[in-house]
Amino acid sequence: MTYFGDSAIWLPWTFAALMGLSILIYVILDGFDLGVGLLMPLADEQEKDRLVASIGPFWDANETWLVLAIGLLLVAFPPAHGIILTSLYLPVFIMLVGLILRGVSFEFRAKAPLSQKKRWNAAFFIGSLMASMSQGFMLGMYVMGLTWTLSHVAFALLTAVFLTVGYSFIGAAWLIAKTEGALQTRAVGWAKGGIWGLILGIGAISVATPFVSPRIFDKWFSLPEFLYLSPMPILSGALVLYLFWRIHKLPQVGDKTAWSPFAAAMALFALAFAGMAYSFYPYVVPEQITIYDAAAAPESLFIILIGTLFVLPAILGYTALSYYIFRGKATELRYD
Amino acid sequence: MDTLLLSRIQFGANISFHILFPTITIALGWMLLFFKLRFSVTGERKWMDAYMFWVKIFALSFAMGVVSGITMSFQFGTNWPGFMETVGNVAGPLLAYEVITAFFLEAVFLGIMLFGASRVKPWVHTLATFLVAFGTTMSAFWIIVLNSWMHTPQGYELRDGVVFATDWWAIVFNPSMPYRLIHMLLASGLTVAFLIAGISALRLLWGDRAESVKTTLRVGIIAAAGLIPLQILAGDFHGLNTLEHQPAKVAAMEGNWETGPNIPLVLFALPDEEARENRFEIGIPNGASLILKHKADGVVPGLNDFVAEDGTPLHPRVAPVFFSFRIMVATGMAMLALSWAGLYLLRRYGAGAMPDVPLYAFAAMSFSGWIATLAGWYTTEIGRQPWLVQGVLSTKDAVSDVPSGMVLSTLIGYLVIYAVLIVAYIGVITYLARKASRGESLSSRVYPRSGEAEVAALHAGE
Repeated sequence: MTYFGDSAIWLPWTFAALMGLSILIYVILDGFDLGVGLLMPLADEQEKDRLVASIGPFWDANETWLVLAIGLLLVAFPPAHGIILTSLYLPVFIMLVGLILRGVSFEFRAKAPLSQKKRWNAAFFIGSLMASMSQGFMLGMYVMGLTWTLSHVAFALLTAVFLTVGYSFIGAAWLIAKTEGALQTRAVGWAKGGIWGLILGIGAISVATPFVSPRIFDKWFSLPEFLYLSPMPILSGALVLYLFWRIHKLPQVGDKTAWSPFAAAMALFALAFAGMAYSFYPYVVPEQITIYDAAAAPESLFIILIGTLFVLPAILGYTALSYYIFRGKATELRYD
Repeated sequence: MDTLLLSRIQFGANISFHILFPTITIALGWMLLFFKLRFSVTGERKWMDAYMFWVKIFALSFAMGVVSGITMSFQFGTNWPGFMETVGNVAGPLLAYEVITAFFLEAVFLGIMLFGASRVKPWVHTLATFLVAFGTTMSAFWIIVLNSWMHTPQGYELRDGVVFATDWWAIVFNPSMPYRLIHMLLASGLTVAFLIAGISALRLLWGDRAESVKTTLRVGIIAAAGLIPLQILAGDFHGLNTLEHQPAKVAAMEGNWETGPNIPLVLFALPDEEARENRFEIGIPNGASLILKHKADGVVPGLNDFVAEDGTPLHPRVAPVFFSFRIMVATGMAMLALSWAGLYLLRRYGAGAMPDVPLYAFAAMSFSGWIATLAGWYTTEIGRQPWLVQGVLSTKDAVSDVPSGMVLSTLIGYLVIYAVLIVAYIGVITYLARKASRGESLSSRVYPRSGEAEVAALHAGE
């Protein structure tokens, strides 16, 4: 293993990168389908079916990225896993209940007697709301170093709202791409509101993070790092302006550029995530435990890595296949 | 109650709720593949009707399994941080392999299997069905490997109280793994066989005369009758394996306090842990010795061998293990009796003219697989106490220091949700059966068989 240099260095780094990648993929993929769930109350009865149809074939696989992310945390950084999850005990519980409610509502709303459909639609929305809010809350608490003080909780509540609205934006962007006609026009309207969640959320975290710790402040605001990093906020700003411009022009004749808001939103999520990763590296528990302190035994990590190298391309491949099979505008979900 | 007990109850509640659904999806996936392949071979519409009815229940069960499973992966961290901190080097890779080789496979192809029939070629759809069934089975494999390793750990070494893997082959193929895996897969098969037979019986009782219902009743009964003897055999082997590696568990299962020869098979008793004896014991002389050692004077371990010098028991609490074991065995015996009687009635009357009484019996046994599976898991999991990982990590050393009030509140939350969802789940299955019995069409589309044009598949009047 000396071939690769010190495995106690590159293995934790690789696993941190893999975990980051799965969290990012999760936030984008489940972000859009949670977002679609959040938009349910705004849609009329027929549109509700179409909303669900647009995410029906994907949501299960999307949620698997969360299992992978938490699995990698658990596998690669066992002590950090315990510390992070015990300190977030209640929000984790709320998220799990939300995910349960929303996952089963997919099925129940279509299979239970018609008289119960309203109830399961409501459960679908409430579940999506609980999951989004608690994820936003956990994000805020993580940024604040996982300590429960009044101001930290207040900040976390703020990020909870912003992430939820942000999810509704990427959900609306998904719907712009996957629907047509009146529903698409309405989705454009939803996106116009939701974009503010994204802007305020990214803004709040970008402003707050450097002031939580002087270490992070120095990483961003000392020269020459400041210059190297400046493309990130500039690019984010440009993407936001692009989104505003696009949304106000949509929907276009012949459904041109219907994918552009979703693509830009993905890029924005990725940039924001990269910024956070840069801020917190090398810590996995903010300012307490680094990825190198928390890493599991190199032998164990290595055996996972080998499997991952073989399987991950396959996963990405058949995930792409699934999106390809269900390409185009969402149609009614049928088993036959 | 303290955090330890509450956390145990909470994890027990979560995993009990979770296992109900994989138990169905593991075998139902293969059953759906069987229905599809039968349709491809025979072109008979009834197979596709059977597929269309059961795929709905599969989809519902799958969703329930997925969301209740996500809960588990988080609870390792929220309630049992000591588990991953101590044995993470072994448990981690096993869980990781489950996620990357099973979860993604089943989740992605489930979408294609459920909603892709009109978008892909028939063989691609059949392949997707196969991959979903394969994925559920792979997932069962990895999690059983981990669970079995917790019962019979090997292939590791301890350094400063932390487990390090030394031999992955020994870890994966640990002594109890093959027995547990086979026992669980057969349990899944039986659960599904009785569910299919029971729901089909219910539909016949409701006056449903569809060919597909008669067929699924027949398939369910034959599968049940064929699997139950295998399961009894597998259970016996598993018991002998447990005797070798976890004698304290077997002592609790048998309700035997003193090690010795000529131990009776206790049919009923109230184990009294204070007095360390059984009350109201009814037993068959030499029975336990015969079953466990295959001779009347075989020596069977007793619970009194597993007590520390200061009097603290090193064995599990006796009553839960003792009773859940008996519930499992009794359910198994009922399954044997009913499925074989069903086989005889099938020959005598055929599926369409089966008398009402056995149909009621099958309907009543629809969820008997759940009872046996839960009882079996309680036997083996409570039977492992006080250990979390046998001889390596005790349960109390793994629990988190979250305040007990917090655990209590989340426990109540989970229990309420689970109760509501179980009621809704069983309600929807019976509703779907009722709807199908009224003759509401399951599908309007003409199904293509692999390699055939769409029109040729069906004949008029079918």
